[in-house]
Amino acid sequence: MSNIHVTTTINGDKVEFLADPRETLLDCLRDKVGLTGSKEGCGTGDCGACSVTVDGTLVCSCLVLGVEAEGKDIRTIEGMAEGGTLHPLQRKFIEHAALQCGFCTPGLLVASKALLDKNPSPTEEEVRYWIAGNLCRCTGYDKIVRAIMDAAAELRGEAA
Amino acid sequence: MAKDEYREFRLVGTRPDRPDGLDKVTGRARYGADMTAPGMLWGAVVRSPHAHARIVKIDATKALALDGVKSVVTRADFPEGLTGEDWNLQENTIAGERALYDGHAVAAVAATSRFLAEEAARLIEVEYEVLPHVIDVDEAMKPNAPVIREGVSDATVPEGMSPNVVRKIEFGNGDVDAAFAAADLVMEKSFKTEATHQGYIEPHACVGQMGADGKGEMWVCTQGQWYIRKMCSAVLGTEASQLRVTPSEIGGGFGGKTTIFMEPLALALSRKAGGKPVKIVMSRSEVLRATGPTASASMDVKLGMKKDGTLSGVKVEFRMQGGAFPGAPTEFALYCGLAPYTFGAVEAVGYDVIANRPRCAAYRAPGAPMGSFAVESLLDEMCIELGLDALDVRFKNAVVTGDRAAYGPKFGSIGFVETLEAVKNHPNLLAELGPNQGRGIAAGYWFNHNGETSVSMAISEDGTVQVSVGTPDIGGSRASIALMVAETLGIAYEDVRVNIAETGSLGVNEPTHGSRATFASGKAAVLATEAAIKEMCKRAANEWGIEPEAVEWKDGAARPAGPNAGQFPPMTIKEIGAAMGSTGGPISGHHESLPDGVGASFGAHVVDVEVDPETGRTTILRYLVVQDAGRAIHPSYVEGQYQGGAAQGIGWALNEEYVYDDKGRLQNSVFLDYRVPLASDLPMIDTVIVEVPNPGHPYGVRGVGETGITPPLPALANAVRAATGVRMTHLPMSPSKVLAALKAR
Amino acid sequence: MKYHTPYSFEEAAKIAAQASGTTRFLAGGTDVLVQMRAGIVLPEELIDLKKIPGVFDMIRNEDGRWRIGAAVPGAKLGANDALVADWPGVVEGMELVGSTQVQGRATLTGNLCNGSPAADGVPALVAAGASVDITGPNGTRTIAVEDIPAGPGKTTLTKGEVISAINLPARGNNGGDAYLRFIPRTEMDIAVVGCAVNLTLDGDVIVAAKVALGAVAPTVIVADEAAKAILGTTLDDAALDKLAAAASAAANPISDKRGSREFRIEVAGVLARRAAKIAYARAKGE
Repeated sequence: MSNIHVTTTINGDKVEFLADPRETLLDCLRDKVGLTGSKEGCGTGDCGACSVTVDGTLVCSCLVLGVEAEGKDIRTIEGMAEGGTLHPLQRKFIEHAALQCGFCTPGLLVASKALLDKNPSPTEEEVRYWIAGNLCRCTGYDKIVRAIMDAAAELRGEAA
Repeated sequence: MAKDEYREFRLVGTRPDRPDGLDKVTGRARYGADMTAPGMLWGAVVRSPHAHARIVKIDATKALALDGVKSVVTRADFPEGLTGEDWNLQENTIAGERALYDGHAVAAVAATSRFLAEEAARLIEVEYEVLPHVIDVDEAMKPNAPVIREGVSDATVPEGMSPNVVRKIEFGNGDVDAAFAAADLVMEKSFKTEATHQGYIEPHACVGQMGADGKGEMWVCTQGQWYIRKMCSAVLGTEASQLRVTPSEIGGGFGGKTTIFMEPLALALSRKAGGKPVKIVMSRSEVLRATGPTASASMDVKLGMKKDGTLSGVKVEFRMQGGAFPGAPTEFALYCGLAPYTFGAVEAVGYDVIANRPRCAAYRAPGAPMGSFAVESLLDEMCIELGLDALDVRFKNAVVTGDRAAYGPKFGSIGFVETLEAVKNHPNLLAELGPNQGRGIAAGYWFNHNGETSVSMAISEDGTVQVSVGTPDIGGSRASIALMVAETLGIAYEDVRVNIAETGSLGVNEPTHGSRATFASGKAAVLATEAAIKEMCKRAANEWGIEPEAVEWKDGAARPAGPNAGQFPPMTIKEIGAAMGSTGGPISGHHESLPDGVGASFGAHVVDVEVDPETGRTTILRYLVVQDAGRAIHPSYVEGQYQGGAAQGIGWALNEEYVYDDKGRLQNSVFLDYRVPLASDLPMIDTVIVEVPNPGHPYGVRGVGETGITPPLPALANAVRAATGVRMTHLPMSPSKVLAALKAR
Repeated sequence: MKYHTPYSFEEAAKIAAQASGTTRFLAGGTDVLVQMRAGIVLPEELIDLKKIPGVFDMIRNEDGRWRIGAAVPGAKLGANDALVADWPGVVEGMELVGSTQVQGRATLTGNLCNGSPAADGVPALVAAGASVDITGPNGTRTIAVEDIPAGPGKTTLTKGEVISAINLPARGNNGGDAYLRFIPRTEMDIAVVGCAVNLTLDGDVIVAAKVALGAVAPTVIVADEAAKAILGTTLDDAALDKLAAAASAAANPISDKRGSREFRIEVAGVLARRAAKIAYARAKGE
């Protein structure tokens, strides 16, 4: 089982690691690169806690092999804040108490950022269907949806 | 700003950012699986594919022959002679003579990588002799049912019942038959609920290390680090104080992380591998197959009612299986199901039954949702039969402060009527309903709990404050405890840091369970703070040369208590902290107790649904949670508990269930088929926080975590009844079941 | 496990043909990686098709036929306005597979090759009359989509064969298709029943129709009697009743964790009726 050398870009930084070809991108992020912000809740693409973007496309990193990251641009929760400045979604999640245990939070933030990058004015229904693949067991989603809608409004320059 | 009859609060009742918010939105917060240790091995667990089987032989030769495999453990590596609950814990950790359910651990292996450990686990050969099994509670009680284990039953079980019946619960008062004879309407119905899982998104994970000397350390996601310590030590035959357990951040628990599963295996593997740390992370499938789901229930209820809605009597028999070990929460189901009302006469019987399923663990108000489903459903049906308003009937029979509960004790201060008032005044009750739509209402109850509690706090040199509590923060308790401590001291919320302590730095604590963290750790933190305030007043008194009794604490500073005490400028906490090195040394406070003054919490939910008459699918149109919090310290996280409880109850009512095949194997051990509610399944969940302060807590807290999961089951069944005319008596109300009921109408 | 990244389908087929152990092709990976993780399939050779030129192409020929590369993810189908205009039923079928995240990876070809009777991407392809291009050790061939599934988890593809693209016929004028599935939740489920309807109108009258049902038999099935029930009609209530009855009659499902046999039979008719109405409205340009 020989490992494969992978060169990729993660949150703007060039990163190299050796991947067992069976390892998922999530395994490599967590165990090889030390980025444990992406979580494994299911390993089957059903919970969204491992959400990242690969070349701008939102995916479950548990359903991507580490070796597939070669030459790609990977973005994770660790790259969402710019320096010390939180992304408005991150700030709104805190303000709205949109997290309880916080385990699904990184995946939800990455997923909702991908939504707002594509659709700055989603309806509540569009938000709910976009994040249908991000399970949260604590909140009943109410405050999460409100936080995303509020962050979208702020990003559009509307007063909260 | 919250207010009650005698006090106004500066911080309690506000909504500041939670102290751990930044860590949790940036991916920095470290959960169970996020820890690595130098020289760490990975563990994997071999699990029984059979519901019930004798373990004939375990051969690990091939696994041990792989390069990099460091240790294998079976039951033979654990001490013999345990009894009672310790034996139950050990047997559930790793099977002895027999595997008792699909997923029961039979061996474990540690190796230098996760893939290697998994490969080695596949190479461990286990020879089984498959035995007859039983899954359903009513089947397990039959005289000819396969016997899970002889000799488990206690003295409460009458002779002649199946050995699978392990406990009988009985209580009552008055003459039920006479009460029924005097009633205008008597109805009885049977109800069933299927087992569900807490469904926390974080799978169990730990890194455990133990040397041959029995000294060990563990990093683990848990609701209770002292429970982990106590239980692991019991199972391994080691001394509790030699194991130091550090709780990680926890990705949800809901009761499911108040006990042990694979944690002793990690320690045993480590001990056998020369003390190298061993990490075990469960897969989702392992979580669903082999942790602690709920009991399943089969329940008979008979109610008597007068024409005006007055309840005259109730007779119930609840049968619950809680997996292969005693512990189904049958009494809680009975108590909570009957708690909201005065019934006149009561006759209640319950059975705790074992079956070939994973051992049930606590799940948010354990037992209460089932009991409420049965009682509140039948109550609703009788209101329809007599043409009475469901809310009016609940008002009429609602328990008030000082009433005796159906199960015996007298209620202290409670706010059920106030809760029903808030329901009555809510605009959701005025929303118009269309065709195939219906509204359901139901009440629910949870006792709340105190539990062993130790808290310490200390003043820092700069006058800020650290607080160490032993209850892991699952949903914002750092924020609520910081608010109460800051309120008590009269300092800024940001000047208090609440730490979750590991077992080596605080006295024993029960887990974050029983809705107790903000009540018990909060109360203990306030009492510890008051001790520190007393000391700070003493320091000021010494400085001023007056008696300590002549000093009072107000707005973050010691002050002369009145004109007679003398004229001194206030001495602030910052000044006292800066000077403490020369005024007598460190200032701290601590409190250890079983905090008294627990206040129970009632809730009532109202749900509007639409049922597709062609497919049986239920859509939730609007949802209202009303619950007595006592006082909401941080209202956002109180609302969050209400909304989360409702969502879990909705899942239980509509789609979540453990599905077994005819061999007793769990059929839906992934999130694709174990259907928890999605964002797109739910509307916004409206909340009303009722505040009837609990006199037993310095800030009136009752505890809010659990009651909210109880009303959704009956509320949804009542709403489906209103929408379709069909009474669903078996949860979940999956489309298949609802459509079949509609066709049979 | 060996990980291969061939640059042509011929090379991919050759690797697969010469392999002695379990082989899997990788495009979106949303089924393969799940099976690997669960230990259900532990391939010795994993052949990633995504380096092969053209696998991400979606091409509409001048005559209106479509060719969809083997690695085109669901999200790209929905983003292609011309494809959505021609074959909305095919697109909505694929878009029902998994979450937004899964849509970033999962492919129509993979959905077909996974061999699930409940695959949401497949019934609309069958109703549309789609075909697949196959490259094998002995050259290439093209066969109808409905000839690929052979039962749960099985296909008719032989050792070394790999699907390179899916072909959709030209939509033509006055046509419409639709796919509906039943799941207990609103998302993230496997179809309990699926139904695709594809039809063509002459004025208000249906002159061509094809109905395909998913999750009611070991493979996707073509319900000819259901199609006949609406042929020559204006999809009036009588035709819809006949359609529903014929769809239910064509269904031969099992009872399992996802739904009972009786439920599936009943709901097959309900979905056929609802999908036909949508397809008809689309054909009318409504």
